[in-house]
Parts: sequence; C-alpha cells; structure tokens
Amino acid sequence: MEHHAEVLSRGLWRQRPANWRDLAALVLIVAGILLIGSGARQMLAPFPAAQQPEISLSPGVLPNYALRTTMRMLAALVASFIFTFTYGTLAAKSRRAEMVLIPLLDVLQSVPVLGYLSFTVVFFVALSPNRALGVELAAIFAIFTSQAWNMAFSFFQSLRTIPYDLDEASRGFRFSGWQRFWRLEVPFAMPGLIWNTMMSMSGGWFFVVASEAIAVGDLHVALPGIGSYVARAIEARDLAAVGWAILAMTVTIFIYDQLLFRPLVAWADKFRYEQTASAVAPRSWILDLFRRTSLLRTAGESIGAMTQAAARARLSPRIFSRPHAGRKIPSRLLDVVWYGLALVAVVYLGVVLLRFAGAQLSWGDVVDVIGDGGITLLRVAVLIVIASVIWVPIGIAVGLRPAVAEKVQPVAQFLAAFPANLLFPLAVYLIVRFDLSPVIWLSPLMILGTQWYIVFNVIAGASAFPNDLEEAAKTFRIHGWRWWRDVMLPGVFPYYVTGAITASGGAWNASIVSEVVSWGPTKLDGGGLGAYIARMTAAGDFPRIALGIAVMSILVVGTNRLVWRPLYAYAERRTRLD
Amino acid sequence: MADDNSAIIDLRKVCMAFPKRSGEPLLVLDDIDVSIRAGEFLGLLGRSGSGKSTLLRIAGGLIRPTSGNVLYRGAPLIEPAEGIAIVFQTFALFPWLTVLENVEAGLDALGLPREEARQRAEAAIDLIGLDGFQSAYPRELSGGMRQRVGFARATATRPDLLLMDEPFSALDVLTAETLRADFLDLWVEHQLPTKSVLMVTHNIEEAVLMCDRLIVLSSNPARIAAEIPVTLPRPRNRLDDEFGNIVDNVYAVLTARTIASLGALKQAREGVAQPLPRASVNRMSGLIEILAAPPHDGRAELETLASSLSLEVNDLFPLAEALHILEFAEIKDGALRLTAAGNVFARSNTDERKRLFKEHLLQFVPLAAHICRVLREREARQAPRMRFEVELEDHFTHQDAESTLRAVTAWGRYAELFAYDDEARTFALIENPA
Repeated sequence: MEHHAEVLSRGLWRQRPANWRDLAALVLIVAGILLIGSGARQMLAPFPAAQQPEISLSPGVLPNYALRTTMRMLAALVASFIFTFTYGTLAAKSRRAEMVLIPLLDVLQSVPVLGYLSFTVVFFVALSPNRALGVELAAIFAIFTSQAWNMAFSFFQSLRTIPYDLDEASRGFRFSGWQRFWRLEVPFAMPGLIWNTMMSMSGGWFFVVASEAIAVGDLHVALPGIGSYVARAIEARDLAAVGWAILAMTVTIFIYDQLLFRPLVAWADKFRYEQTASAVAPRSWILDLFRRTSLLRTAGESIGAMTQAAARARLSPRIFSRPHAGRKIPSRLLDVVWYGLALVAVVYLGVVLLRFAGAQLSWGDVVDVIGDGGITLLRVAVLIVIASVIWVPIGIAVGLRPAVAEKVQPVAQFLAAFPANLLFPLAVYLIVRFDLSPVIWLSPLMILGTQWYIVFNVIAGASAFPNDLEEAAKTFRIHGWRWWRDVMLPGVFPYYVTGAITASGGAWNASIVSEVVSWGPTKLDGGGLGAYIARMTAAGDFPRIALGIAVMSILVVGTNRLVWRPLYAYAERRTRLD
Repeated sequence: MADDNSAIIDLRKVCMAFPKRSGEPLLVLDDIDVSIRAGEFLGLLGRSGSGKSTLLRIAGGLIRPTSGNVLYRGAPLIEPAEGIAIVFQTFALFPWLTVLENVEAGLDALGLPREEARQRAEAAIDLIGLDGFQSAYPRELSGGMRQRVGFARATATRPDLLLMDEPFSALDVLTAETLRADFLDLWVEHQLPTKSVLMVTHNIEEAVLMCDRLIVLSSNPARIAAEIPVTLPRPRNRLDDEFGNIVDNVYAVLTARTIASLGALKQAREGVAQPLPRASVNRMSGLIEILAAPPHDGRAELETLASSLSLEVNDLFPLAEALHILEFAEIKDGALRLTAAGNVFARSNTDERKRLFKEHLLQFVPLAAHICRVLREREARQAPRMRFEVELEDHFTHQDAESTLRAVTAWGRYAELFAYDDEARTFALIENPA
C-alpha cells in the first residue's frame, strides 16, 4: 500500500513535518561529521619520527584510538572502491588488458599483506617526513592491500557475467558508456561487491596491528590506534590492556556492522538480479530510521535526484565503452605486438630480479624457503582437515534447525570478522605457562580466525538443503553413515568448498603473524614460511623478504589452481540437476 | 497513421554466418530480403533455432550481418538507432530500477529534459495499463505486468519501428491472451506512438491473429519459405474458416520445408551430419499412443494435435520430426500419420518397445550406427564424446552439435545400444544387452 501513497504525492511539493526520527538521524549525522573531522585533523598533525607520541595503555584513550583505526579502515575502503572501479573495468573491457591484469591480480591477492608493507613504508614516509600523513598513508596502503584485490575480482567477474538480455537492452536503448556503467554495470555488480567488501573489512581488521605498529628493519613507527595499543600491551606484558583492546575492538566492529554494513546490505537487496522476492529481506534499523525521517528524507531525495541526473548524463569517455565480447575480430598483428611487449617486460624484470637477488641469495636460501613453505603448507592442510572434521557436523546440525541457525549465524559471521590475532597473546601466555612446543601449539592460531568461514558457509548450506530431499531421506529411512555420505555431505559440499577456500587463503595470510608470536621479551617461533617472512621483515632483509613472498605466492596460487578450483568445478557439476 | 507507403526498414540480401570449429563459416541466414512499410504489422515465423531472432537483432542494429545491407530510413544501419525499440522475450528489465525508472531509462539516450522524460514515461505507463505501479520494482510484478513495462519502455521512445522478440512466449496462456488483446486494441486504434511493428514468433495462431503480413522462414539455413498476406478484417476470430485456412497453410509450409530438408540431408551427407531434434523417448511414446488411440486412429492434423495437447509448435515439431526420422510416423501435408512400426510400438510392452526402438535407431539414425561402429572398432570399446563433437562441429554450430549429441545419447541409452559416462565424458558399447 505504501507504493500507492507515494504515487499520489509524487511530483507535488508537500511539506513533511519533522518527526522524532529526524532528530535521531540528525544527531547521528552531526556526530559522524565531527568524528571524521577530528580523526582527519589528527592525521595531518606533525609527527616527528624521532620523538613519537607515546602509546598510552590507559583504557581511556581507547575510544580515540578506535576512531583513528576506523578512519584508516574507511580511507582504505574508499581507495579500494576507486581501485575496483578502474582496474576491474579496464580488465573487463579490454581483452589485452585482461591478459595482463587478471593474472597479476591473482598474484597480488596471494601476496601476504606484510609483504607490501615492508616494501612501501619507506616510500610513504619519505612522502611527508614530518607529518603523520606519510606514515598514515603507509598504514592505509597496507590495509588497502588486504581489501582491494578480491573486490576488484568480484567486480570484474560481475562485468563478465552481465545477463545477455540486459546487455542487449542497454545497447538497444543506446546507453552511452557512462550511462551503462551506472545504470547496468555497477548495480549488477553491487551485491557481490558489498559481500566482498565485508570480507575485505575482516581482512583489514586482522592486519590492523601489523599496519599500525610498523617495524621494518630500523624503522619503528607506532601510529595511535587499536593496533598500536595491542602491540604496546604485548610489549609490556599487560594482559588487562589486551582485554581492554579486545573489548574496544568488539564494540568497534559491532558499530561498524550496524552503522555501515547492515544498512548497505539491506539497501543492496534491490540490486539482486533474481526476479523473485527474497524469502527474508535483509533489514537494518538504521536504514529504516533514515527512510522514515521526513525532513531529512526530503533533503535526501534532492541529493538522490542529483545523482540520478549524473548517472543519466551521456558523458562518454572511451574506457566505459562496452565489453569486448563479440564486438569484432581482434587484429592478429596487434595481439602479437602486445604479447611480445608483455613477454619482453616479464623477461626484463626477471633478469633484474635475478641480478638483484642473485648477488645476495644462494641456492641454500631457496632450499630453506621451500622447506619452510612445505611446513606451512602441511600446517594449513592439517588445520583445514581438523577444522572441517569438527565444524562440518556441527554446522549441519545447526543449519538443519532453523531456529538455532538464526541465532548462531550472526555470531559465526561476527567471529569471522573479529581479528583473532588479538587473542594470540593469551595463547602465548598459555604456551609459556605450560611449557608447550611452539612448533605444534602455535599452529592452531593460523586458523583461529578463518575457521568461521567454514562454519557459516556450512550452516548456510544445511539451511538451504531442499526440504523434499530431507523428507525423502527420512521416508526411506536412510540413517547413519549412508545419510552423511549420500544425503547431507553432497548437499552442503558446494557451500563447504566456498568456505574452505576462504579459510585456507586466510590461514596462509595469517601464518606471518601467527608463526612468530611474542609476549614481552618472550618470542616463540614455530618455524615455517610465515615465520621466515616475519623474521626477514624485522631484520629489513629485502631480498629474502622478496624470496619468501614469491614462494608463498606460488604455493597459494598453486593450491588454488590445483586443489580448490577443480573441487569447486566438481561441486558445481555434481550438485546440479539440469 | 501511415503517412506514406515507403519502407521504414529494408533488409537486402542479408546473410549471416557463424564460424564453425574448423573456422569455416556456417550459414544461418541465407539471402533474406525483408522490408517493412509504415503502418505495417509484420510477423516473422519460424521454428526455434531458425535464425529469426538473429534477423530481428540485425534489424535492430544489435548485430551486423555478414553480408547484405540494412537500410533504415534510406541510410545504412550500423548500430542501434534512434527510432528503433525492442521488446524482449525475457523482458530485460533492470531489477534495481522501479517501473517508472525502467521506462525513463529507455529515454536516457534521447537526452530529453527531465520533465519531458517524466511526462513521456508517465504517458506510456498510463497507456499500457500500468498506472499505480510506477514505484514498484519488477520483482514485485507478475510476468504479464513485467512485459507491460517492457512495452511501455519501448513505446515511450516513440519508435518508428517496434521490434518484438517473442514477446508473449514467456507468459502463461491466459496472460498472453490478455496482453495480445490489449496490444492489438491500441495498435488498431492507432494509439501507440509507433509506426510499424516487426514481431518474431513461433506461435502460428498468434501471428495470424495479430499481423498484416507473415514471413515464414525455413531452417538450416533460414531462407524465406513463404510470404503470406493476412487481410482478414479485425477483430479476427480464431474460429473463422478463413483464419483456419491461413493457419493450415502456414503449417503446410513449415512441414513441407522440414520434410524436404530432412530428405536432402539424408542423401547429401549419408546422414551422420543430420541434426537431431531434442525429443525425449517418453514424449515420443506418449505421442505415438495418443495417435494410435481414437479419435485419431493413426492420423492427425498437426494443428489439431497442437491445440488438443496444448503444445506449442516449438514442442510439437521436434517430436513429430523425431518420429519421422525414426520412421514411426510420417509428416505429410501438415498431418502426422503412424507407420506400421509405429502402430506395433503403440501395442508393445516395454521390452518389445526397446527392441523395436533399437532396430529403428540403428537403421534410420546413421549417427547412432556410426557411434556403435566406432566403439566396436576400438579395443576398449570406449570412445570420448569429444571425438563425435568435433566430427559434428564440422557440419553445424556448437549448439546444434551439442543438442544432436544429447538427443542421440538419450535415445542410445534407452535402446541400450551404448552407455555414456558423463563424468568421464565417454561412450561405451553395451556388449550383451540383457
């Protein structure tokens, strides 16, 4: 009925009286602006590297620290969106660009976040030596590298799977490139993009310690923020402070979720391509609040009209022209030239790299690193198996009980977003206390944060399991092992694979911070590739950092190609009925 | 409403070819001449896969023909032009835009002032009977309402030429009937701001009901098989004798073409490269049983069958064609007649049916015999599917090769002639069928 009321008032200027919701929304907006302004001012403040402000461990500073950490996350997110729209568009619209950009993205994705940090921090600090800005930029860039790649991938893939009929409609109605981008491409990509943004955010939180308390070689910087607070607490062996940090982090993530992601997800529901109404439309109280305000809503509508007008403009830069699929037969000669150039560039860079590394690295280093890589690979594999054995049955049990699943699912998603490394100090404390072997007992830390992806994907799979199949299994009295093998496991398999891919990627990334963990002066080293890279970063040994990163990239890309993608394809093929 | 009798769009000697696996071109449209005059409602009829949708996209400037010319208002058409609008089979609405925004989106390219765009969109929505739904999202609407949005979006641009690609085929029977009637009313009363219409359809009755002139396309490759003017006064009545005559006539043209091309294929390439229709054995058996039973007693007009079984031409033709190929029935003069074997099949039990089907499959479908021969020649009695795919793609498009292979796989499995493992994608001979 709401629609009709709106239709009647459309076009007529009707003064809407302000209501209590306006007041609430106004408070939110003004507070938001003030906070952002204060955070931004602190970022531009002087920041002499020699005499950095002391990181305080009093709980009273945590709100401000949380604000500054949040600002960094936001800035990185904005950068990630800009990157996504340009990189993803370029790769989707030009076949030649795709040839280079997509494999590159694959590798970029597999490089551990610390890898970027160690190479770029010097550059950023040099940009603005006496202000916080330079270091801030370095930290933001580090967070950016934990967010941008999968977002760009998601956008690229959406652009490549735009439904045929919508593509034809846009061409038939002669949308310009600009119109097409905002009318078709961005909306179609939106649900996947938002989902990936949430995943990116979790990745960003995870590396918040590493990206705020930067320690590369001789350079030691600690930017005020939750990450630095934790680093300082670890140094000072202050368990209470760690507890405060965990609390602050929990609150921050909760607020972020409520104020940013819930509304985004609820709003993006309209971009779903499926033409059916969703069973449970995602809701957000904050979005409802803003939608029901009256004055603010009127203001919002004029902003909306302006953005609409912008999207309708026919602006037509060349980059936005439609994708190459089926346009024209590409010229062979240009292809050859392009391939040739790419090859020359790769060979040249390879030679430079070999020269640079060859002078300082020996074959012994390579053997060491590969050995370390093997250890980490073994750890990841064993941990994924253990996590699967534990969580798949539990996830299924939960998923089959809708009432329970409804309560557990948000918790699992929250746990996935929570940076598990804040809990590491506790683990170290326990390991030292009971004198356990770090080689074995540090390992579980790798999967502490990422196992939740397996959990909530399996829960989702079990919840979506067709009711008729479940009933059929009951009717034919399929029990025990046969029930698992023939009914349930195949049913959740595709979901499980999705979760396990994310979990294993996360575990690799986490290895750098979890294979070497310290607690005050105590340093536990579990060995492995992550520990290797962490050690070399602390020592500022760039050739060996590069070697470690290269091997890790190869291992990650290799497992994705050889294990996960075939598994995923198999899952898709086998569980389809048409 | 026609200001003159000149052609709005002129397709001259249009040919369309797609590359085969080998890189050689495969002709889909062969030498098509069509021109649409102002004030005309032209219907383009043909079997599914005959290339009629491709032709419509060529007329819309979405696809360039391999050779030949498209003249729109006397000038060559090389990309979608102002004055041509398309209504899609699948509606092609933007799910994230409301009804009003969807209609306005169609006007984006015209660069109209905001107010004028809004007025035009509202007018089109009003005309097409969508008033009150402006702020609804497509997913809240039924199929019929969605297609109304499609119509409103296209007509709001005030096109000279409205292209409609099977606009009613995704709707259920009742909804389609209502939409057709509403559209016809507007068209007859000259209320639609469009000068001419080209509609692609496989529904013969729909075409005769709506169009001023029909162009019937043959398949593989598509050529113009017949051009039939429909001069019946409107509103037209499906029960009229004259209406029935035209429908019969179209059926006869379509079936005559089918038979001719089937015969020619058998002779020319010894049949291995004969495209097989996708017809399940269950449906074939069902059709044989219905044909054998009263009131048909072995023979029925295709038109009668289609309406009594409420099957679309698209569903019925592949079945009839499959029976024809397997020589369980014969298509002649728009009617389907059971052969002696067909009558035996109707009376047999499951095992006997399988045996009979196997005999006919081996005898009349050279591809099935060919697969068996290849399997027998091989040591392991197995052959990868790819081997036959490649062979078939020498003769037709990837899609046709795929559907032909699927058909022969299903038939061969039923006849217990060979087995097929989809995981390994291999065929295997069944040596001693039980």
